[in-house]
Amino acid sequence: MLPVLTSLAVLLVTGLAALIAHRSPRAATALGAGGAAAGSLLGLVPALGVLLGDPAISLRVPWQVPGGAFSVEIDALSALFLFPIFLLSALAAVYGAGYLWPSRTTRSLGPPWFFYNLLVACMVLVVIARNAVLFLMAWEVMALASFFLVIREHEKEEVREAGWTYLVATRLGTAFLLAFFAWIGRETGSMEFDRFSRHGVFSPALAGSLFVLAVIGFGTKAGFMPLHVWLPEAHPAAPSHVSALMSGVMIKTGIYGLVRTLTWLGPPPAWWAWTLIAIGLSSGILGVLFALAQNDLKRLLAYSSVENIGIITLGLGVGVLGIHTGSTTLAVLGFAGGLLHVVNHALFKGLLFLGAGAVVHATGTREIDRLGGLLKRMPVTAACFLTGAAAISGLPPFNGFVGEFLILLGSFRGASVLPAETAVPLLAAIAGLALIGGLAAACFSRAFGIVFLGEARGEPVAHAHEPGPALRAPMWILAVACVAVGLLGPWVVRALAPALEVVMGTPVASGEEGIPTGPLLGVLLASLLLLATVALSAAIRRFLLAGRPVTESVTWDCGYARPGARMQYTASSYAQPLTSLFSVFLRTRRVAALPEGIFPSGASFATETRDVCRESGFRPAFERLSRVLWAMRWLQHGRVHLYVLYIALTLVVLLVWKLG
Amino acid sequence: MSPTCLLPPVIALVFSPLLLGVINRTKARFAGRAGAPLHQPYHDLLKLLRKGAVYSRTTTWLFRAGPVVGLGAMLAASALVPFGGLGAPLAFEGDLLVLAGLLALARFVTVNAALDTGSSFEGMGASREVQFSALAEPALFLGLASMARETGAVSLGAIFASLSAHPWAESGLAPLLAAVALAIVFLAENARIPVDDPNTHLELTMIHEVMVLDHSGPDFALIQYGAALKLWLLGSLVVGMLLPVGPGSAPAGVALAGGGMIALAVLTGVVESVMARLRLLRVPQLLVGAGALSSLALVLAFV
Repeated sequence: MLPVLTSLAVLLVTGLAALIAHRSPRAATALGAGGAAAGSLLGLVPALGVLLGDPAISLRVPWQVPGGAFSVEIDALSALFLFPIFLLSALAAVYGAGYLWPSRTTRSLGPPWFFYNLLVACMVLVVIARNAVLFLMAWEVMALASFFLVIREHEKEEVREAGWTYLVATRLGTAFLLAFFAWIGRETGSMEFDRFSRHGVFSPALAGSLFVLAVIGFGTKAGFMPLHVWLPEAHPAAPSHVSALMSGVMIKTGIYGLVRTLTWLGPPPAWWAWTLIAIGLSSGILGVLFALAQNDLKRLLAYSSVENIGIITLGLGVGVLGIHTGSTTLAVLGFAGGLLHVVNHALFKGLLFLGAGAVVHATGTREIDRLGGLLKRMPVTAACFLTGAAAISGLPPFNGFVGEFLILLGSFRGASVLPAETAVPLLAAIAGLALIGGLAAACFSRAFGIVFLGEARGEPVAHAHEPGPALRAPMWILAVACVAVGLLGPWVVRALAPALEVVMGTPVASGEEGIPTGPLLGVLLASLLLLATVALSAAIRRFLLAGRPVTESVTWDCGYARPGARMQYTASSYAQPLTSLFSVFLRTRRVAALPEGIFPSGASFATETRDVCRESGFRPAFERLSRVLWAMRWLQHGRVHLYVLYIALTLVVLLVWKLG
Repeated sequence: MSPTCLLPPVIALVFSPLLLGVINRTKARFAGRAGAPLHQPYHDLLKLLRKGAVYSRTTTWLFRAGPVVGLGAMLAASALVPFGGLGAPLAFEGDLLVLAGLLALARFVTVNAALDTGSSFEGMGASREVQFSALAEPALFLGLASMARETGAVSLGAIFASLSAHPWAESGLAPLLAAVALAIVFLAENARIPVDDPNTHLELTMIHEVMVLDHSGPDFALIQYGAALKLWLLGSLVVGMLLPVGPGSAPAGVALAGGGMIALAVLTGVVESVMARLRLLRVPQLLVGAGALSSLALVLAFV
């Protein structure tokens, strides 16, 4: 436990030191980023140790807070979440040092590094906490630290709006968690997690209510559709290394909370599995559809996080269905696929956000339609972004494929033998995953193709250049990790076994019922064969073209002699067939000024896809609520002596209530 | 692993261009022409392989990598598909998912290579390709799931072996419906009528052919050969469902499957001769219809 506590201490102390040293950008960056990287690497060692088979480590120190105690534990499940948190935090810190440096002249670098290190420390604490009070405190500080990181550029109207949305959403989510922990604490008579798990069977109604509270509370953080509304606002507004951290690992703490909750609530009824699969399908399909319709690169990535949370939830749903039906193979494959996708998504979404940050850094715009042709100017960023795009589209031989393969294999196995009422949700998962895969390929060929390929569409690209080594190195490492996890599938999945045992509460072996070693070896062989055949066809091409005339010319545009950059397909036109097919959900707004007359002077066309849940769900509801609450406004008048009176009155009321 | 397992990929590699020859000959006969010899596609490939290449100045390494990775994916996929009762060299539980993944990889690189040219035509083709393939994917997966349900197996070899023991004529219509759904996916994925017209790259039919407009010489040969392999592999899935052959029945099984492939090619040629291409707005309906057929096959498989 000592290395992790040291790591926490390093993170907090260097964060504070960066805040104190805020007058010197150099000192703040060195302390903040250096401390974050050092602390994270320090914590990575025990996390990897537990993941690779060391026994769980725990510590409990009594505490003055009622019901609270500083009890922490690193078991396999915590370690599985700690690994991406530490890895991505270290890499994003290095990246952030280079990314924030140019802004030192306009704004102090102390606060962002203080909040960054605080955010990392709290995420670590959230996944190792074993006491509800400690957990909630870490959870709240994590939300607040990320809030202050999001609103760094608070002079912009849209950033303040995004921060506000995020703050309200995360507070509401916490309200449900507070109710959840208060209730389960009252039932079990303790705030310690191990008492929750040892409580035994809850009554079905109670377990169901707790499950719903947990899904809403943790789902708000994870970004379940329709609770995702803060995600596409907050992620684009934050600096890119923070977006990577928030999207790559912070939203996964919601998944962690949900999985941990499942270990307390006892045997799951079928409707939990149905609920999780339904949430997974709606988040996955709608998330990728909205991603496809976005014109802002970072907003696109934020919606794609909703999609990937959907895939993870599908995996969890399949796993819960497996536990419900007593099918070990289904449970293992579903949970293994979901948990592996947690790690995978941290790798490739972190990579993609860092890549998007490099693009923003170089061009000053996030608008896809103003970019293009960046591959020639930023080859390293482009290659890394392409790796991430292929991985997130679930293509072999990258890591995304392995996770989705496990969920699909489980669903296929289950659908081929289980009775109809259990097989139907699995078939929905199969069809949904197939559609999500196809749409994700469309979305990310668009994101990569329009931004990096073809000719530059606008002025911003003209001066674009490759970022410095501090920004390049983290992207390289993440890209290599995406390939490595893809090729090391059998061993990576075997390393998940201890975490699966925590989730399922039963031993997990390899073989027919357990970890599917055979199919994973098959995937590995197919991937190696793929690499060999690609090398073979590259060699054939090279051999054939050697000594032959190879010339360069303009793009063949069906006889049109002078193709221009503005004639290229744009991001909007590329997505149009799919967005119009799914216009029921997307409700894309089009603003068109068509050419008129014999000699048209100009024309324009613009599309915008706003969030349907936000626009027609939450916004009207909150506006109505704010009108109602306006009546209470007279209570908030800003006179401090009356506020003190409120406090005194409350204390008197409490005293009377306690005595009476 | 027996040495005969190397035969399915070898057969695919050798005979896949022949299917194109058969399709073109059928179409020629329908049009009242004698048509090119059946081995014409081989000559076309050899001719392209002997040429140099022209590249657009807009393009990058990605454009050159597109055909290479595309063909590589198809070559790897050919090791996954059994043929005529002969098991594939790579047969494992879930191999059908890897097959779908390899097809998706080939599509991803082709689409990106098309976008690399900066041509609006190729962008249009890429956009349509990703739309139709996204809609074809559920039909493919549900069709495969119905076969998994019917046979209780999750690998291609086991599915075909089990189907051969209970051919669809006895066991009900589920495999037949799934085969029809897969046949629609086969036509859509291989850019055949009624989804796309392989003979033209006019604006109205701009899907697959238009994406490869800028490729020339050996690159184009790699693309054409990859497309022929894809035609063969998806075709042998359809034939495997309609004419399932159990293990150990070679060489009669191989002959039967080979005959089935020729018949499928003739049928494709007939469809191309007697049908017009669907309007682009209608294509999604066809693909969703294929998905509905797959779902129906699933319902039947549960009964």
